[in-house]
Formats: sequence, C-alpha cells, structure tokens
Amino acid sequence: MTANPGETPSGTAGAGTADLTLDAKVAAAEVPPALVAQSLSQYLKASWLRIRSGNSGVLPVILAIVIVAVVFEIITPEHAYLRPSNLVYIFGLSTVYMVLAMAETLVLLLAEVDLSVGAVALIGGTIAFKLVQQPGPNWPWWAAILAALAICGAIGAAQGALTALLRIPSFVVTLAGFLLFSGILIVILGGADSTVSLDTTVPNQNIIYDMVQGLIPPVVGWIILALVVVIAGVVMVWRAASRRRRGLTAPPLSVVAIRIALLAIVGAAVVIICSVNRGSSLKSVTGIPWVIPIVLVVLGAWTLVLQRTRYGRYIYAIGGNPEAARRAGVSLPAIRIWAFALCSATAALGGILLGAFFYGQYSSNTADPGQLVLYTVAAAVIGGVSLFGGRGKAVHGVLGGLLIGGIAFGVSLLSLGSLSTPLQYILPGGVLLVAVLIDVVSRRGSVSGV
Amino acid sequence: MTEVNEAPEGASRGGDGAAPLLRLRGIDKHFGPVQALYGVNLDLPAGQVTGLCGDNGAGKSVLTRCIAGAHQPDHGEISFDGKPVHIRSTRDASALGIETVYQDLALADNLDIVQNMFLGRERLRYGLLDEDSMELQAAETLSTLRVTTVRSIRQPVASLSGGQRQSVAVAKAVMWNSKLVLLDEPTAALGVVQTRSVLDLIKRLRDHGLAVMVISHNLNDVFEVADRIAVLYLGRMVAEGPASNFDRQSVVEYMTTGSANGRPSESAASASGKG
Amino acid sequence: MTAHQGETPAGVVDLTAAPEAAAVDVPPELLAQSLSQYLRASWLRVRGGNSGVLPVVLGLVVVAVGFQIANSKFLSAQNLVNLFEQSTVYMLLAMAEIFALLLGEIDLSVGLVMGLGSVVVAELVQPTGANWPWWAAIIVTLLACAAVGAIQGTLVARLRMPSFIVTLGGLLILEGVSIIVLGGSLVSIGNSQYRNEVALYDIFYGSFSPVVGWILLAVLVGAAGTGLWLQDARKRRRGLETAPRSLTVMKIVIMAVAGAGLVAVCNVNRAHFGTIEGVPFIIPIVLIVLGACTLLLQRTRFGRYVYAIGGNAEAARRAGVRLASIRTWCFVLAGLISGIAGVLFASWQVSLTTNIIKASNSYVLLAVAAAVIGGTSLFGGRGKTIHGVLGGLVIGGIYNGLYLLGVSSQWIDVVVAGVLLAAAIIDVLSRRGAPGRA
Repeated sequence: MTANPGETPSGTAGAGTADLTLDAKVAAAEVPPALVAQSLSQYLKASWLRIRSGNSGVLPVILAIVIVAVVFEIITPEHAYLRPSNLVYIFGLSTVYMVLAMAETLVLLLAEVDLSVGAVALIGGTIAFKLVQQPGPNWPWWAAILAALAICGAIGAAQGALTALLRIPSFVVTLAGFLLFSGILIVILGGADSTVSLDTTVPNQNIIYDMVQGLIPPVVGWIILALVVVIAGVVMVWRAASRRRRGLTAPPLSVVAIRIALLAIVGAAVVIICSVNRGSSLKSVTGIPWVIPIVLVVLGAWTLVLQRTRYGRYIYAIGGNPEAARRAGVSLPAIRIWAFALCSATAALGGILLGAFFYGQYSSNTADPGQLVLYTVAAAVIGGVSLFGGRGKAVHGVLGGLLIGGIAFGVSLLSLGSLSTPLQYILPGGVLLVAVLIDVVSRRGSVSGV
Repeated sequence: MTEVNEAPEGASRGGDGAAPLLRLRGIDKHFGPVQALYGVNLDLPAGQVTGLCGDNGAGKSVLTRCIAGAHQPDHGEISFDGKPVHIRSTRDASALGIETVYQDLALADNLDIVQNMFLGRERLRYGLLDEDSMELQAAETLSTLRVTTVRSIRQPVASLSGGQRQSVAVAKAVMWNSKLVLLDEPTAALGVVQTRSVLDLIKRLRDHGLAVMVISHNLNDVFEVADRIAVLYLGRMVAEGPASNFDRQSVVEYMTTGSANGRPSESAASASGKG
Repeated sequence: MTAHQGETPAGVVDLTAAPEAAAVDVPPELLAQSLSQYLRASWLRVRGGNSGVLPVVLGLVVVAVGFQIANSKFLSAQNLVNLFEQSTVYMLLAMAEIFALLLGEIDLSVGLVMGLGSVVVAELVQPTGANWPWWAAIIVTLLACAAVGAIQGTLVARLRMPSFIVTLGGLLILEGVSIIVLGGSLVSIGNSQYRNEVALYDIFYGSFSPVVGWILLAVLVGAAGTGLWLQDARKRRRGLETAPRSLTVMKIVIMAVAGAGLVAVCNVNRAHFGTIEGVPFIIPIVLIVLGACTLLLQRTRFGRYVYAIGGNAEAARRAGVRLASIRTWCFVLAGLISGIAGVLFASWQVSLTTNIIKASNSYVLLAVAAAVIGGTSLFGGRGKTIHGVLGGLVIGGIYNGLYLLGVSSQWIDVVVAGVLLAAAIIDVLSRRGAPGRA
C-alpha cells in the first residue's frame, strides 16, 4: 500500500494534489464507515467494502457465537443447550472469562502477554475470600475486595517493572510468575487439600456470593434497561449533532437509530431470558444475575479508558510503534507498568467472580490456572484483539469470553464420558490456534516480519 | 494558537542584515575518541530553506541531533532568535519551537492522522480526550499546508502512501508554534510524484516564515528548494552560503574532497550532467 | 559497539578506541599464543560481559557447596548419582528447548511432548494392549513426537504464527491427547514379568558394570582427545590460527578427569541392600544426544544457519538461507529430543497417571530456566547444547537439594521461578549495549 503502483504523473493538477484514484478504494476500506457515510445506504456499502478488505471487526466472533449456539443446540441431548436456565449459566460462566479477557487485552494491546493472569486471578479470589472469613480477619466485603485488587495490582506492577525496565521478555517474566503464584496459591490456601468458602448466612460474605448468584428482579431489570437505552440514545444523538454543528462529519441519524435499536434488542433478549422461571413452580427463580451489570460496568470503564483517555491512547501508540510514542514524549515504562498492574487487578476481580460462581468455594481444584490463561488468551484473540499489539477493544474480550464460555459449557453438556476432560483441553487449544491463524493471515501485508 | 506561524517578529531572512533565527558557532562534538564535528558554523534564517549536504559519515545526523536536543555539543554556541541558548533535551528544543522530522517518520500505524498529529500532546476536556477539537485543528493545519490528498483525516496512517505519511509527519511537526523545522531525508523513500508534493510542502513552510533545514543526498531536490546550501565534510563545514553561489559540480566536490577547484561557479543550477 | 556512536570521519578510521571492544568479542583461543595469554584474554572477555559458561559453573559450585553445608549427604555418591539421573530429563528438555531459543523463538510444549511420549511408549509395550517390542515402541514414540514438532514448526515457520502461541495451543491439545491415550486411568511399566516392560524400565534404572564403565570412558576420552589433537595439528599444518598446544592438552585432561570422577562416583555401591553400581545407561544416552546436537549445531551448514537466523533473520534470508525449512526442522528436533526425554520419563516414573501428565506442564519452565542458566540467550543467536547439560545439572541440583532439606513442592516451584527470573535478568543485562528494543 505504500509503494506506488502505476501512479499517474500529475502534470496538470495543482501543486500538492496527487492522484489518488488508486488509493481511494484502499483508503475507503480503512476509514470507519460511520464517519464518511451520509446516508444509511452509503454506510452499509462502506461497511461491506471494509469487511471485504479484511477489516471485519467483530463480525467473525459474532458469527462464531451463532455457529456454536446452533451446533451445540443440535448435538446436545434433548437440545437442551438453548434452554433459559442453561443460557443464564453460560452468561454467568462467561463473565469470568470476559473479565479476564478484558484484563489480558490491556497487555496484548502493548504487544506483550501476561501468562500469569490465571494464577493471579485465583490468588485474588482466595485473598478476598480469606479476608472475609469469620472467625478470622472478618473484613468488610468491600475492603476485602479492594485489598485483593491492590495486592494483585502490585504483583502486576512488579511483573510490569521487570518487563518494562529490564526489558526481559514478558512471556518469560509472566511464565515465571505463573509458576510462582501457582505455588503461592497453595500456600495461601493452607495446603493442597484445603478449601476456603463463603458462608452465605453471614451477610458480609453473602454479598460477595450474591455478586454472581444474586438476582435482580425482572421488573427492576426492565427499568434499568430502559434507562440505559434512553441515556445511550440521547448521548449518541447529542454527540452527532454537536459534531455536525462544528462542521465535522457525523453518522447519519438512521445509523444512530439502528445502533440504539440493536442495543435495546440485545438488552431485551438478555432480560427476557433471565426472566423465564428456571426454578420450579414451587420456588420460582427469575431475574438477572448481578454479575451481568457488574461486567457491563467493567466493560464501560475499560472502554472509556482505552478510547477516551490519554493513557488509553498511549497504549495503542506503544502497541503500534513504540519508537514513535517514545519520541512523542510518552513514558514507555510508566504506561507498561500500569498496564500490567491494571491487568492483574482486573484479573483479581475475575477471580473473585469465579469463586462466587463456583458457589463460593475456593480450593486448589476450583480451576486450573494454566487452563484459565489459555482460555483467556483464546477469548481475547478470538474476540479480535491482535497478538501483535495496537489493535483491539474491551468489547472484544466480552464477545470472546462469551464464546469461550459457551464452548466450555457446551462440551460439558455432552456426556462424552472419558472424552469430556481431554476435550476441555483440546477444544480451546484448537480454537485458539484457529483464532491466531486468522489474526496472522489478516495481518499479511502490513506486518513484514521475516 | 492554531495557525502555522507567520514570520516571527524580528526574525530575519538571510541578507536582511538582522540575526538569523538559529546560529551555530564553533560547534564541536565527539563520542569518546572519535570527533564527529569540528568547529561547525551554521546559519539558519527564518523564511529560508537551508539544504545540508554531505557524504555518509560527514556528520549531518550528529549536527541535526545537536540542534534537536538529542545530543549536547561539547563546545560552541547556539543562539536562537539572537539569544544564546542551551538545548539540553528534545523538550527544550520543542519549547523553543524547533521540531524535527526523522527519516523513519515516527508514526504509529494503528492510529489515525489526528491521533498521530496529537501524539503526546493530546487535548483534554473534563479529563477525557477532546477528539472533536483535535480533529478540527488537525484539519485546519493540513489545509493551511494544502495537504488535501488524504481522503479522511480519520484514516489509519498505515493506509497512507509514503508521500502522505511524510506530509502528515511534517504537519505534525509544524502544528506546534514551531519556528524551525529540521527534515532528515524527507524524499529518500518517495517516488517522483510524491517527492513533488513534499517539496511543495517544504516551500509552503518557508512561505509561512519558518526556517527549514533539509538534509538530503538528492542534489536535484536540494537545488529545487534550497535558498541556502551548507556542506559538511568529515565533520567540518566546508561551504555555506546562498544557493546561487553553488552548482551541482561544486557541491559534489565539496562533499567528496572538502574543497572545490577554483571558486564555486557564478551561475546557479548549471546542469553539467553530474550530481 | 552500538548504532549511534557517532560517525567517524570517512576515510579516517580511528581504531585507538576500538581494540578493547574488539578484544572482548574475539574468542581467546584465536589470539592467544600461550596459555597465560589465553587466560588473560578469557578474563578480559568475562569482564566485557561475554562470560560463556562461567556463570553456570559458578552456579554449580554454589549449589554444591551450599547444599552440602545444609545437608552433609548432598555430595555422597548415592545422592550424586541420583542427582545425575534426575537431571537427565532436565538436560534433555533443555537441549530440546535450545533449538527453539537459538532461533529467537520458544517452545512451550516440550513438557507435554515429553508427557505424550511417555504415555505412548508405556501404552505400546503393554502386554494386554499393543504388546509391541520395546525398540519398536521407542521408535514410533520418537517419530510421533517429531511429527508434533513438525506440525508446530510448520505453523511457526510457514504461517509465521507467534511460536509461544502455537506451542501454548499445542500444549493444551497435547494434554488432552495424552489423557485420551492414557485412557483415564494409569499405565505402568513396572511389571517385571514382561520382557518389554523390563527393557523400558532398565533404560532409567539399569547401568553398566563398573569395568565396562571404565572401558567406555577410556574409549570416549581417547576418541575425543585424539580428535581434538588431530584437528589442532591439521590447522597448524595449514598455518591457520589455532589455540596453543597447552590449551588443547588442558581440555583433554579436564575431560579425562571429569569423566573419571563421574565413573568413579557411579561405581560406588549405592544400594542399601545388595549391589547397584556402575554408570547408569542414561548418562551415555544423554552424552550421545549432546554430542550429536553439538556436532549438528557447530559443524554443519544447518547449525550455521540456525545461528544466522537467530542473529539476524533478514540477513540470513538475503543470503539465501531458507528460513521456513530451517525453522521447521528446529522444531522437529525439539520434538524429537523431547520424545527421548519422554521415554526416559516413562522409565523413571514407572507409573503414569493423569496428574503426572498435568504436572509435566511445569517442566517447560525448568527447561527454559536450565537453558538460560546455562548461557543460552532468550533473544536468539547465542547458546550451545552444553549449556543445556550444565543448566540441567544446576536445576537438578536445586531440586535434589531442596527435596533433601524437606522443602515442600510448592516452595520448590517458587525457588525455581526465582532462579528462572534471575537467569533471565542476567541474560538481559549482559545484552546491554546491543541495539535494543524500544
């Protein structure tokens, strides 16, 4: 794209104007369609052009989710996959991977990797659970959570410092960290056979338990959804108007309307699925797990940080061209260390959710830190985050996490007997390889590594 | 402050009799036992393009980095706008209004034009990035420099051609109240048409009153845009003066031997087939 | 030594500053005319940051002394042979890993390839199952592991997928496949009634008789020594630069002394009841692998190209080196050697369960740590197979020593992680001054 195939000599064109007729198509493919389209049809045409040129955004992962849902629905016994109770279970399970994938995304954007994210997540969860134990430290739940986040953040900062200041490759540092913290996890638990659990009769501990298992009544869910949709809609319309007022391009109103409608539809679907009674006629169980709004808040926060703050901008810059960022005065070590710290802190939150998801029990068997990290990286990459840095968003982690959760649950639903355990390794491994393959192939032409 | 600078008050164009914008006197620089620059004098007047020529190893990059603040000279004086200055870092240089565009352009491929132009100096509103106003200013700078060839200012830089990237890098340099722009081999990797647009851009910078220094191997380009020519040979400034004092042959001789047989020829740009 | 030292005026090459820099990088053998010059040049080299195997040798000494002080049984003959035996797995995995590291890549699956190899070979000799002869089982296992390496290598070399992701995914898939092969329970080769199982068992636990040990030593040292001497003489005859004669003699003497020490230690009776003595089979096995790999890397075109790619892949490509082919073969070799480690592992563990397979995951860290401690660089282009052997010995020593002291396994993991980090830090610091990454 930077060479000049058949550039026409300008001759008559005024000074400073080059002939772009060849570059136009290429250029059009790269610009976000929302910014150049003047009408809905132009928008759709531009989006299609973009997809065809290889810049397909979240389309592959959404397609994959659909395919996985259909396939598992067909092959599970009694077509039970899409039952509301199972779907809610998938939502709950996926949130762990979503949070972990969002954590990992921060580091992947820098073209680094954090292989310790699984072990750190488990440590974070264990610390939080241990701190609320009664008799014991009996900390308030919010203090326990904050402490777990802070400690894991410090761990991440240490790993980040080794990577950023000493320039040890991040996969070595975090590989060592993975081993280190897997060992320390057992020490904190108090031995390979110990368990730490939440006592749901104690209100302080029940709050953490409820973060995943607790439910929002459907009515309240509808109200919240309505509020969110309205606020989002108002903000989008207002922004478009203000851009137009200043003479900048803005997405046409029809596009904005469609986006709001999509948001409403997806939100409504989730609320509806969660409102179906999945208990029995004696004891009805309906409602939206608290964890869903929690994850959405995390998604919102990270999206804001990455897209709308200087810090996020610098992360993308370092991932794209560290030298350019350095020359522009960005402090590479500071950004990197913070990224690793935030990644580990977010992972701690994921660990807490994981423990609550598994009914408030933490033992050395709760999860395999190695499997966790592999699922996490798979989720992020499948969602659209590039391993080479500089490309990806928080929402990719959410979508990828949903897919991984769906696959993991689907496999467990098939009663494959002795095959089910190995498949839990093979499938994510295979999916990861395919996802990375797609990432690499789609980068052909831009990255000219040897 | 959104416009590219008009001619700073009191800054001179060469030949006015007033002090040049940047004046180097007696600059020495060594790295260990290796002497890179010996007593270099250089004048960079505002509103003029100075072409810095020299063979590989002559010291062009070192001199540029001394001006840009990446190296500190061991001896000598630098005066900017008539006042002596010590440029200890690239930040000091930026503060004075000296901007450098290196050969590798230092653009992040995954960011768009606006984001690259504001990299490191983003505007905030309520703590968040003020995308809209940055986009407006970037558009304005590009149109002032008549860089109209990009389809959208929100294009990722990766999808731009070499000439467009160079233009963005230059626009990024001049957006910040800059008075002196140093360009290191700006046309080295470009084809004919793109070279043309970059050279026109350089002339436009000059017309806006900036002082411009261009390092180039390509004597065609140098003779096209330069008002002044300076030649380095083995770390010494062996020739410096208005471009009309030189022709290609004399420049080449200065570059390769340190002196020209007889005096530099009277006529400008005499095509002797060499160079 | 770095890019931006400033420009020397063209045509005037001022070298008064360069000699110290140059001296540091030239192998001392080539410049020294006498033993004392050699030693002085070596010292200069060490001070310049190019310390070669010195750190690992120092590490060995520290480990030996430290643990001996803590537990006087550390340096006993019994324990030492134990240590050697356990280290062989680390040594082999480190040698496998080095093939990837030299390219500037990494192979995270070596532990699981070893695991897969171990279950495959164990299952194949089961009399109630496949009931293959032991040698056929071993050959097929090695082929299978090499095939895994080929697949991973192709993904890395031809599709240019990052090696740590490919081998991470491979690790996952292999874990699942191993569990499938295992059939969910355990497989054991401990039954002394079945010939093939016994043969497999003996690989790790069998040994040569003491006399044969001495004979082997004499033959090996004799052959190696003669080879070195003749090579030296041939170079001298042609007027090429050679090491001083006294240096060659010293090398041969060190080989002989070390070998004799090893054989002597092994010949001491280390059984509590009855007699177990002699050099264990696995030691010559490891030495053969070491010799073959060293030959491959130092004396063949293939090896030269491996180093070239690790040093500057673009330059190698322009020189006509077929990057994809070399890279793929390196991963094949890594798989193959991990397969050999797998056979040893099966023999060592005797019984393999799902948990053991899962635990084999952590061996990759030990392999990388051993390679880096031994002196191989994580960034590619620098390292030798002997590093794997020495580093493996250090890791084995640490494990053995900590185990003797009764440290629980999770703390051992912590220590090993710390050692890996320390080795990586040293590697990075010793590269200071080389053109860096942003």
